[in-house]
Amino acid sequence: MFGLFKKFKDGFAKTVKAISDQTAGIFFGKRIDADSLEELEEALYTADFGVETTAEILAEIRKAYTADETLQGRQAAEIGAAVLTRVLAGAEGALPPPATKPTVIAMIGVNGSGKTTTAAKLAWRLKGDGQMVTLAACDTFRAAAVEQLKSWATKLDIEVIASHPGADAAAVAFDAWQAAKARGRDYLIVDTAGRLHTKGHLMDELAKIRRVLQKHDPSAPQHRWLVVDGSLGTNSIEQAKVFHESFGLTGLVVTKLDGTSRGGALVGIWRQLKIPIYFLGLGEQAEDLQPFSVENYAKAVFGLDDQKV
Amino acid sequence: MFESLTEKLGSALRNLRGVGTLTEANMADALKEVRTALLAADVHFKVARDFVERVQTQCVGQEVLKGVAPGQQVVKIIHDELVRLLGEGETNLSAARPLKILMVGLHGSGKTTSTAKLGKLLKKRGYRPLVAACDIYRPAAIDQLEILAKQEELSFYADRASRDVPAIGAAALAAASADGSDCVIFDTAGRLQIDANLIEEVKKLRAKVQPDEVLLVVDGALGQEAVNVAKTFHEALSLTGLILTKLDGDARGGAALSIKSITGVPIKFIGMGEKTGDFDTFYPDRLASRILGMGDVVSLVEKAQEHIDQKDAERMAEKMRKADFNLEDFLAQMQQVKKMGSMQSLIGMMPGMSGVEVGPDAEKQMARTEAIIHSMTYQERRKPEVLNGSRRQRIANGAGVKIVEVNQLLKQFQQMQKMMKMMKGGGGKKMMRQMEMMQRQGKGGFPGM
Repeated sequence: MFGLFKKFKDGFAKTVKAISDQTAGIFFGKRIDADSLEELEEALYTADFGVETTAEILAEIRKAYTADETLQGRQAAEIGAAVLTRVLAGAEGALPPPATKPTVIAMIGVNGSGKTTTAAKLAWRLKGDGQMVTLAACDTFRAAAVEQLKSWATKLDIEVIASHPGADAAAVAFDAWQAAKARGRDYLIVDTAGRLHTKGHLMDELAKIRRVLQKHDPSAPQHRWLVVDGSLGTNSIEQAKVFHESFGLTGLVVTKLDGTSRGGALVGIWRQLKIPIYFLGLGEQAEDLQPFSVENYAKAVFGLDDQKV
Repeated sequence: MFESLTEKLGSALRNLRGVGTLTEANMADALKEVRTALLAADVHFKVARDFVERVQTQCVGQEVLKGVAPGQQVVKIIHDELVRLLGEGETNLSAARPLKILMVGLHGSGKTTSTAKLGKLLKKRGYRPLVAACDIYRPAAIDQLEILAKQEELSFYADRASRDVPAIGAAALAAASADGSDCVIFDTAGRLQIDANLIEEVKKLRAKVQPDEVLLVVDGALGQEAVNVAKTFHEALSLTGLILTKLDGDARGGAALSIKSITGVPIKFIGMGEKTGDFDTFYPDRLASRILGMGDVVSLVEKAQEHIDQKDAERMAEKMRKADFNLEDFLAQMQQVKKMGSMQSLIGMMPGMSGVEVGPDAEKQMARTEAIIHSMTYQERRKPEVLNGSRRQRIANGAGVKIVEVNQLLKQFQQMQKMMKMMKGGGGKKMMRQMEMMQRQGKGGFPGM
């Protein structure tokens, strides 16, 4: 467990540093004042928290500041983390043991959000937990997407079912389910092609994958996860909304949080849609897909994780 | 793509109606909303603040011109400021030959796809491009580029055994000069701007190949992070341009404003779709107009010019004039429209229609119409009158549609022919009546006409 937390922290160390840099005048200074509040506002906006959450955090810190003008930077950070924790209450997704075999997890999202990489990492993770996993390469559209997944699968020694480029994605999913069933697999992870949520016909293709899987098992795909690039701004909320409307999302995976982006948009998505967040992508290695923890996230963002503040 | 920003600016400015002079007081509310709208559109915090301040300075004290709504006047000021911000600078590529272009960016921003699109575009402009695979990290990235290169008939260079990126770059240059290519586009791996090792690697590649253009590929939906990304890449690599991708989505694209105003690097291209044809030169004034919901007619016209053969069009017009227009011509016309891109991307350029969703139906309808004509023999296409019941049934079976749809198509076609004959006969008024009737029938003529 300690190793896990460490990994999470390491991945976020850069994030923490970035926000600390920006807010050095607030959280590292002794006292809060009007200027530092303004800086804090900027820091929160630039973390993509959005208007609502930023206003909420600021309001609470201002209230505390009005009540006690000797408010310390550390206390302000704690208030911020507490508000964030409150806003995100219940946002942690936990994958239950597979109720049926195979339990299907479909990874969907816009182009370049990291679906293929996440599918591979997730398979590796489940395999590490002793589950038997099959990957379905249903991105038959993007050039070499199948090769990309296969290459991961070879590296991590995971079975993958694929077809030729341009094949019908739903047909691949159908076959993969059959294969997974026959071999008694616990999970089938379906990697799909990237699609912008504004393209109706591509959204229809997702519905078809679902319909076809339901011919095997009416409850499939049991998990429908949206993979969101953590460096995107408010548009990710729009993405989540549309995917949710047409596909009924059950979870989120937020990727690419090992940079300086703080993934604040995930707060916006949670606020609006209450879709639990299962994993964060904190790096390029297979083990860098880490379970989402509200506490760790809030602490990391406000630089409170055991570092000297 | 900037619909939401447009909407928000619109509602913020509506309150300004019926005001005599623009003052700080009557502007305050509106400008606050403009700032919020900009922030919600992912424009960077500081950029939004500066933008609002500039607009305010320009507006205060201005008398509202006669005959112009104050809102419109402010829109004009905001529009001008947006154009300025987006930069009227150099959006053309360097004229050097051979032209060397380095593509850089974060993971998943669309570098490989953009490399292929750019190659295609330059080929159309008379270059002989070679695309070089310098992404040795992402599994199958090289395969992806190779497939795209083959698809677009571009020369391709890769060295799957090498792990030395600068050396790959140098070898690609040599390969290009050997096969007579006069343009090399280097597709590099996605990298975080804070990954010192990878930034060092691409710096070395840059030093080795001495590119004329270093283009940063940025996802149009990028958030506040855009500024950090652009700044660091710019410091490390001296960017010469930006490519904004995935603007066929509904991202508000505030990142474009942020990056442009913070780094000053001009936006050179925008990616509007997954197909390799959906790549456009960036025009700041058009984008500003789009932001304000004025449409992008110029782009539409240019697109039409580029894809529609002038002679073909004249021949077609002549045929129409002589009312000698058959189903084969109709099919050709439809295919020309299709060449211009997806219906959605065309509709998006029309004034006042930026928010309109075509939906898959129109495209589907067009595909069905095409299938029906494809299922006819050449004779049938030229002389639709020979189509009796059994022929129609055969066509319906062939196209996988109901016979009703075949009948519908033929009926519409007859109406169109009738109209053409009327045009020929100079029966203008009669024709108008006919058109109104068609519209009332709810069909509005043929898809794609």
